[in-house]
Amino acid sequence: MTASETTARTALSFDLRVESVRELNRRLHEEAAAASGAGPVPVQVLHPDGRHSIAVGLTADYDVTIEGHVGYYCAGMNQLATVRVRGNCGVGVAENMMSGSVIVQGSASQAAGATARGGLLVIHGDASARCGISLKGADVVVRGSVGHMSGFMAQKGALVVCGDAGEALGDSLYEARVYVRGSVAGLGADCVEKEMRDEHRDQLAALLARAEVDADPDEFRRYGSARRLYNFHIDNVGVY
Amino acid sequence: MAVDAPLGWHPGLRESATFDRNAIAEIQRAAREGMYDIRGFGAKRRVPHFDDLLFLGASVSRYPLEGYRERCATDVTIGTRFASEPIHLDIPITIAGMSFGALSGPAKEALGRGASEVGTSTTTGDGGMTPEEREHSTKLVYQLLPSRYGMNPDDLRRADAIEVVVGQGAKPGGGGMLLGHKISERVAEMRDLPPGIDQRSACRHPDWTGPDDLEIKIEELREITDWRIPIYVKVGASRTYYDVALAVKAGADAIVLDGMQGGTAATQEVFIEHVGIPILAAIPQAVESLVELDMHRKVQLIVSGGIRTGADVAKALALGADAVSIGVAALIALGDNAPEHAGGYAEIGSAAGFYDDWQAGRDPAGISTQEPELAARLDPVLGGRRLANYLRTLTLEAQTLARACGKSHVHNLEPEDLVALTIEAAAMARVPLAGTSWIPGVTAIS
Repeated sequence: MTASETTARTALSFDLRVESVRELNRRLHEEAAAASGAGPVPVQVLHPDGRHSIAVGLTADYDVTIEGHVGYYCAGMNQLATVRVRGNCGVGVAENMMSGSVIVQGSASQAAGATARGGLLVIHGDASARCGISLKGADVVVRGSVGHMSGFMAQKGALVVCGDAGEALGDSLYEARVYVRGSVAGLGADCVEKEMRDEHRDQLAALLARAEVDADPDEFRRYGSARRLYNFHIDNVGVY
Repeated sequence: MAVDAPLGWHPGLRESATFDRNAIAEIQRAAREGMYDIRGFGAKRRVPHFDDLLFLGASVSRYPLEGYRERCATDVTIGTRFASEPIHLDIPITIAGMSFGALSGPAKEALGRGASEVGTSTTTGDGGMTPEEREHSTKLVYQLLPSRYGMNPDDLRRADAIEVVVGQGAKPGGGGMLLGHKISERVAEMRDLPPGIDQRSACRHPDWTGPDDLEIKIEELREITDWRIPIYVKVGASRTYYDVALAVKAGADAIVLDGMQGGTAATQEVFIEHVGIPILAAIPQAVESLVELDMHRKVQLIVSGGIRTGADVAKALALGADAVSIGVAALIALGDNAPEHAGGYAEIGSAAGFYDDWQAGRDPAGISTQEPELAARLDPVLGGRRLANYLRTLTLEAQTLARACGKSHVHNLEPEDLVALTIEAAAMARVPLAGTSWIPGVTAIS
């Protein structure tokens, strides 16, 4: 293992042109117990060069900064850690995240935050198709726009889009809330625009504050499930 | 005899082979309800199956092993390709993935108890892992399904293997639906949805599409679990040759191949009976694919779909499988369709031996239900004992047949030990028609 300690007692630095993703993840998994309870442990990852599965399965209060672009599933199934990507992300960033936060400085490919159950995913650029697909409780804030089928079958949590949304937004949505500031190309099956009440403005304001995104909640519209498709009925077959 | 009496045939009445009583009843039901039929169980139509194969017992040209004295081993290790901790099973019969939600808590516990008693594995299902299931299963395979209901990295790390479910034999290419009346508070909580609403299970995974993505997904799962536990890929039998090759290329430790007879808790009848191919036809395709890649016995092949007896087990192994998996048969062993519940079945318009409304949640045997008073009818200790008895019987039967063929391990059974009773079975299983050396599609008629 060649990971070097840097300034602080527990600070770690990995150069992925020198060490493998396996070495990075193994070290972060092995030291999870030691990293817990003493405040965030800074971790720097250099030269990710689009590699997949960087910083996946973390279970401790790490503060990981990745200096560059990453491939698929960066920060997948994250628990407790904060992962910052100073670049763009491939498919499935923060998939099935349980807690903690993932902050992407650039844009994200498809299925960002897929099935995430907790924590906060912030994408400062755009997110491609199916952002927040099957969301199960996490919150996703996209400073830019999202592609088609975003929020597909989203169950719980919130998807905030500060830009525009593509076709079939919120298709087959369950109880997740979707907020969009810009235009919506089209709504998916059973997704409808809903009244923006104070409780929603408060939730949105809090999410924007957590994401450190400067936007006025009053400029957003809210979308949710019409709940017409919660139980199959033959008379609704035409909307599928 | 009255014409409308049950089975009220009399001379002059001719039933249509095309519009038989089942077809007529289904047309009438569809016209009445306006919706396709959803049910559990598996395919009920007759398809070429293991019954169409026979073993060639030893004689002069081969010598057998003594049935009650000479050893015939049954163990199998799964996950030897990449996992640092492969699973070692005492018998080559595993319990297939079935969800808590589709099944009651006592049923899941009983499956774990029975499997553990005989040293084999059981498998979670859609909806995640329950603490009871983990507690009572010494070897537990954790399914990663498209819905990701209940998916939790802590459970992933607690598992003994991961099974990435691409499809299942009852519905290759289809998703699923747990109907709202089976969604109890606990099931709803595990699945992050309100109680009482239909819970759809998607037909595709949310964060990968195709074999190249699957390879990256498997790598992620290995990274999260530190390359410790095996990763299976489960496919429904359809384009098996290619699916197996692609799963191997994607990095699977084991392939789970589910034939069209495989069970389901709730699927459209039209899907169950009309999509996929029989397991008999699928196994040779899978083995061919593995052999061509030099991966046979390196990537283990677990097959399922209509396994009922030790003969089925032995025949599947002889065709090249490393292990089999049972679902429907395991539930029957627990008490599903048992005559002791005849009154209960009659009350809901069914009968012991025919009950397949596993989607309805009114199971008198307490297995495919979330109703507490029904679920309480299943004693998980007794159910586990029955399952263990059944698994032991299957194993003994498979050993009996293997010894008769002179094999000291059930894995030494081979296609050369088999012949087929029908041309169709011979062509599918790629073994000779009995009494000939003809394998349709492989050898010329001599």
